[in-house]
Amino acid sequence: MNNLDATIALAGNPNSGKTTLFNTLTGARQHVGNYPGVTVEKKEGTYIFNGQKLKVVDLPGTYSLTAYSLEEVVTRDFLVQEKPQVVINIVDASNLERNLYLTLQFMELGVPVCLALNMIDVAETRGISIDVDKLSKIIGIPIVSTVARSGRGKDRLITAAESIIKGERKVRPLTISYGKDIDPALTEMETIIQSVRFLTDRYPARWVALKYMENDEQIRKLGHQNDAGVSNQLDRIVTRVAHHIEDTLDSYPEAVIADQRYGYIKSILRDNVITHCKDPNRLFISDKIDKVVTNRLAGPLIMLAIVFGLYHVTFTYSEIPVGWLEGFFGWLGGIADRVLPDGMLKSLIISGVINGVGGVLGFVPLIMFMFVGIAFLEDSGYMARMAYMLDRVFRLFGLHGSSVMAFIVSGGIAGGCAVPGVMATRTLKSRKERLATLLTAPFMNCGAKLPIFALLVGAFFAHSEATVMLIITLIAWGGALLSAKFLRMTVVRGASTPFVMELPPYRLPTFKGLAIHTWERTWQYIKKAGTVILGISVILWALMTFPGLSESERQQFEQARERIMAAASPVVSQEIESIEERSLSDETKEIKAQLTEINFKEAETALQYSVAGRIGSALETVSRWAGFDWRTNIALVGGFAAKEVVVSTLGTAYSLGEVDPEASKSLSATLVNAPGWRPLTAMSLIIFTIFYAPCFVTVICIIREAGSWKWGVFAMVFNTLLAFTLSVIVYQVGSVMGF
Amino acid sequence: MYKLPMRKMKNNQSGVISAVKATGELGRRIRDMGLVPGSEVKIQGRAPLYDPVSLRIMGFTLTLRNSEADFIDVEVNE
Repeated sequence: MNNLDATIALAGNPNSGKTTLFNTLTGARQHVGNYPGVTVEKKEGTYIFNGQKLKVVDLPGTYSLTAYSLEEVVTRDFLVQEKPQVVINIVDASNLERNLYLTLQFMELGVPVCLALNMIDVAETRGISIDVDKLSKIIGIPIVSTVARSGRGKDRLITAAESIIKGERKVRPLTISYGKDIDPALTEMETIIQSVRFLTDRYPARWVALKYMENDEQIRKLGHQNDAGVSNQLDRIVTRVAHHIEDTLDSYPEAVIADQRYGYIKSILRDNVITHCKDPNRLFISDKIDKVVTNRLAGPLIMLAIVFGLYHVTFTYSEIPVGWLEGFFGWLGGIADRVLPDGMLKSLIISGVINGVGGVLGFVPLIMFMFVGIAFLEDSGYMARMAYMLDRVFRLFGLHGSSVMAFIVSGGIAGGCAVPGVMATRTLKSRKERLATLLTAPFMNCGAKLPIFALLVGAFFAHSEATVMLIITLIAWGGALLSAKFLRMTVVRGASTPFVMELPPYRLPTFKGLAIHTWERTWQYIKKAGTVILGISVILWALMTFPGLSESERQQFEQARERIMAAASPVVSQEIESIEERSLSDETKEIKAQLTEINFKEAETALQYSVAGRIGSALETVSRWAGFDWRTNIALVGGFAAKEVVVSTLGTAYSLGEVDPEASKSLSATLVNAPGWRPLTAMSLIIFTIFYAPCFVTVICIIREAGSWKWGVFAMVFNTLLAFTLSVIVYQVGSVMGF
Repeated sequence: MYKLPMRKMKNNQSGVISAVKATGELGRRIRDMGLVPGSEVKIQGRAPLYDPVSLRIMGFTLTLRNSEADFIDVEVNE
């Protein structure tokens, strides 16, 4: 067998089963990357057939090949520049008419196409029968009926594709008649294009003419750069035709072309190629489900139930593996504690590396469960229904119905995580709405912010905990939506992207699809967390450690300890050495407590003395407006790395040692009695926590998803300024009102 | 037989598209999904807040906002 080294591109409408076929072909042998410069996912894999290795590329799902959406441009550019030996166009057999619209455009572009008539089983049960041979003869390309889920027709499909790769079938661009107004103009343009070889190194001449006629931005720009003279000449012809069409038909070329394409498809399918033995618009099971699921009353309730279910399952079942990971990192820290000698290196490895990375990797199971849930909702088709039901609300704020998932996952119901939330914005196809969503989703109350709220609410609003938590959730939502509105009116200004969206039939997701989907996203998270977070947590550790206390200060603490030990009886000093906790005498316990107090005092002094402490003190002049002292400032600075750090740092700053965020009783008691702390201060800090800069992992995700580091910087600066402004308002107005 | 904008159609009412007046990106997207003159449509229902509208066309379900449906004229019987 010779090695063909060919590339097969999979293309088709969204929901046509393209990705399922890709998974069936490549299995685990796939790689996900990005197309250069854009955030569209590029999936590649290999398929071994009869001993030959074929490269398979899963192109983004599109309905058309215009220059309006990123996905369509990417698809077009790939086909033209990479010249795959064959394009397998996956079409939904029960939806042939609309799917062929894209097929025609591939054929007009002159790429070698082979049609996979997918989900033929569904079409059959719907009473649709298709004369495959006849259709193949009419449009002149090989057609194979397939069921991507089960792999039916897979081998025949590849065999058909192979015949194209081997050049056994000639490919010539398809020529469709666009009517008496456009056809002559196209011919005229084609002649000009051919005579000067205008863009013909890349595109068929007629196709270029057609794109000019369709007013295609990308091609016209390219043409203008290439040869402005010819480009203007073509533009003039288009303008002439456009005027004529407007005068006679009250329409314009683009619309006429689309009408003619559909007309062409109708004419293809007319001659008994497709027969319906049932009414094509009758209600199928999927529609019956929709009658209930998108019902005015039942719909929103079911949606709430499903979202709660997602949370419930995620948190209940991820708790166990999260516990394992926490245990593992605790064990690792324990080993390091015992093996390494006391000193800087030990502190770096335990506080910087193990706690830092462990804190982030500890989230992996939770994030993975969340991703499974999202993938299930996406693949089953329910996500589209959520978008449909909520679009009216989100549109008010310049967002899109599909924004909802990102908000919910980020912590719309307290306890999510902004990382999967930001990644969930991939469902949004419109760039502006997507940007506004991923910039505001981090305002939601993620799981890491909860301990901070729990601490403050427990300390200062103990009598109305539930109410205050509800208010916090509402503030987050209100703030996120209003900020989105603000962003859509300023930095990501622009008309809303059309909603026009397909509600795909409900389908049971395949296990393979879910597994691949989930693993891809989880792995991206682990990679980021493992590298970036390691660096950040080391930096943070250094900020909070250096410069250390001066020798004289350290001696003062040492002397204080010695004084206590000297005053104690010898029995006590012996007991102190022993590790046994239970058998200590009251006196020893007392001494031990005194020693601990000094240790904590030393830690506090050291923290204040460190770079982070100095930053905190320096910020105090500003932060005082919001009611924060240097201690709070340090904790908040730590929160830039991860919000989990805030509570434990506050503990250190208040001489309590490192406080376990899960059990912060002693800290809340300290805060209540600490000078400068009152309910208003707590409220101000709560507001600040909701809105200020997202944690670093989220920032990294924002940069990745938005496609530019500038958006990451923007998120940090904008959010922090917003948070500070709001806190100052709350604190100052509250103070004036006497709270 | 009379014409009306798609927004005014009632649930379960069906008709044939007579004109699509949208231009630019919206026009392109509407047409790409098969909403072209001559296509048969049937209103399937509306979202809980009466917007967007969902409709049946060529055997699949499509949703669009009322503001987008305004650009589409439909010819209905009865």
